[in-house]
Amino acid sequence: MAAQSTVTKAPGEDAPERSGRTGRTGERDKRRSEGVVLNVFSHGFLVLWAIMIVLPLIWLALGSFKTDAQIGGSALSWPSNWHLDAFGRAWEKGIGGYFAHTLIVLVFSVPLTMLFGSMAAYVLARYPFTGNRVIYYFFVSGAMFPVFLALVPLFFMVKRFDMLNTYQGLILVYVAYSMPFTVFFMHSFFRTLPTAIHEAAVIDGASDTRIFFQVMLPMAKPGLISVGIFNVLGQWNQYILPAVLMQPQTSGEPERYMLTQGLIQLQYQMGYETDLPVLFAGATIAIIPMLAVYLSFQRQIQAGLTSATLK
Amino acid sequence: MSQVARSKGRAGFITGFLIAPLALYLTFVIWPYVQTFGYSFTNWSGQSPTFDFVGTDNYATLLKDEVFRGALWHNLLLLVFVPVVTILLALFFAFMVNAGGRSGAGGVRGVGGSRVYKVVYFFPQVLSLAILSVLFGAIYRSDEGGLLNGFLTRIGLIDAQHPVEWLNEPDFVLWALLFVVVWHGVGFYLVLFSAAMQSVPKDIYEAALLDGAGRAQTFFKVTLPLLWDSVQTAAVYLGIAAMDMFVLVSTMTSGQFGGGPDHHSEVMSTVLMRNFLYFGKSGYACAMGVVMLALTMILSIVTLRATRRERIEF
Repeated sequence: MAAQSTVTKAPGEDAPERSGRTGRTGERDKRRSEGVVLNVFSHGFLVLWAIMIVLPLIWLALGSFKTDAQIGGSALSWPSNWHLDAFGRAWEKGIGGYFAHTLIVLVFSVPLTMLFGSMAAYVLARYPFTGNRVIYYFFVSGAMFPVFLALVPLFFMVKRFDMLNTYQGLILVYVAYSMPFTVFFMHSFFRTLPTAIHEAAVIDGASDTRIFFQVMLPMAKPGLISVGIFNVLGQWNQYILPAVLMQPQTSGEPERYMLTQGLIQLQYQMGYETDLPVLFAGATIAIIPMLAVYLSFQRQIQAGLTSATLK
Repeated sequence: MSQVARSKGRAGFITGFLIAPLALYLTFVIWPYVQTFGYSFTNWSGQSPTFDFVGTDNYATLLKDEVFRGALWHNLLLLVFVPVVTILLALFFAFMVNAGGRSGAGGVRGVGGSRVYKVVYFFPQVLSLAILSVLFGAIYRSDEGGLLNGFLTRIGLIDAQHPVEWLNEPDFVLWALLFVVVWHGVGFYLVLFSAAMQSVPKDIYEAALLDGAGRAQTFFKVTLPLLWDSVQTAAVYLGIAAMDMFVLVSTMTSGQFGGGPDHHSEVMSTVLMRNFLYFGKSGYACAMGVVMLALTMILSIVTLRATRRERIEF
């Protein structure tokens, strides 16, 4: 996918000479001045939308440095205290814990998703057998259904396994719900790998399993990275599944909220306790890792997501 | 190794690799999907182990449920406006970024800094909906402390004594939520359309230019038809997002699982969750899930059919 290349130099640079030769100089001038107007015009709109994206986020971060009264007062006031205490309070109010819970789940769920997803995708992409297509469509069709369709029975299914409000329960559910996209994406990736290398490995006497782990998986690394980032983002941002599955079931049970859930919890709490700087700081803390991940991987994220949707 | 032994080993390998992913997927995704249909014909509360088969009673009740009908109407409104507004804005910006630049002697090219625009615009896409909820909850605050009210007061459009309660005005609440979805989505579709625009061979533009086509003409006669596949995909994805809306509505608006004021922002998913987790009507909630599925399917098929054009190969 060519998402990285910056500028479309659509009609080539040699166009003016040609139009000059055919004697359409006036036309060219007209088009040039139209281009200048359009350039100002387009930059105007583009800058406006960019401000509409960036400004609210900066405003939110600044709110962490305001006092509660300042937040309730004028929205456009400049923060008065540049201390980090709201961040400290937000951390104590549970953001630290929510962070840790989310990390614990993701440390297991993302590698498991990648492993299971690639295993299934690999077999489906490279081994013809009866039922291959059926199983493939089975996996991929899951992406089409609204998660709400499954929610009620899913809750009781997890309850039957005694895994409500447990990390392992949520991990398994995350892995299962990430299958459609992972299998779909990795399937198309494994199809493009050359068969010659596979044959060479077979002749060398490597088993199917070994070929997968030592030859195919390393070769699929670019694909794995794209899907991996996508799964990290998707599972990190998941809200509905933890909201239903990660609630303390009895009064003595510890809460193991995910970050998204915890943030919403904080929103309710701080509304009552009127400590809004804490809420703003909490949201800022939640945004920072996303910003860091995004800025480091934005090429892969944009390219990966668009190529997956364009296929 | 004999041929028989090898094919046996291969079957074992295939099974071994498929068994765990398939088991997990069947247990937590497919089986619950299937069960929903069964439960939707019962009066199951979710608490008691016993329940009766009530036929299509749940569906009949749904048809008469004023709250659900209102929610359905709101979903349909969003279904029209979310894709249309997002796609138009994204197409506009994509064209600006890719072809709105200063005409380098007759050529159509992207604006300077197009890469920066793409990076900035895309960012909301990686933020969780929970963060959006906190952010826009603060922006739409009902007093002068909200960014929107504060700004509008400053430029004198509204009176400081009577700020607008964006999320509590029956007439505004749905549009306020719509804006959040658009704000979140435009960047992604801009990048999607840009990628599609850049995969169009340059000589097609050159030919159009030589034939004397202007920029607007180039867009409508060349770019848009070649982009049609991506627009279609975008419409389906955005439609599915507009059918959901749970996180934003349930956390930003008033009421148990959102939907306020007075059900003016109610969507099907919030009604479903309230019936399931608050009223304990699991069977009824399952019926809503089935209706949502049916509408999603219809939506996808209709979008793909209605926007079907002759496919242009390049």
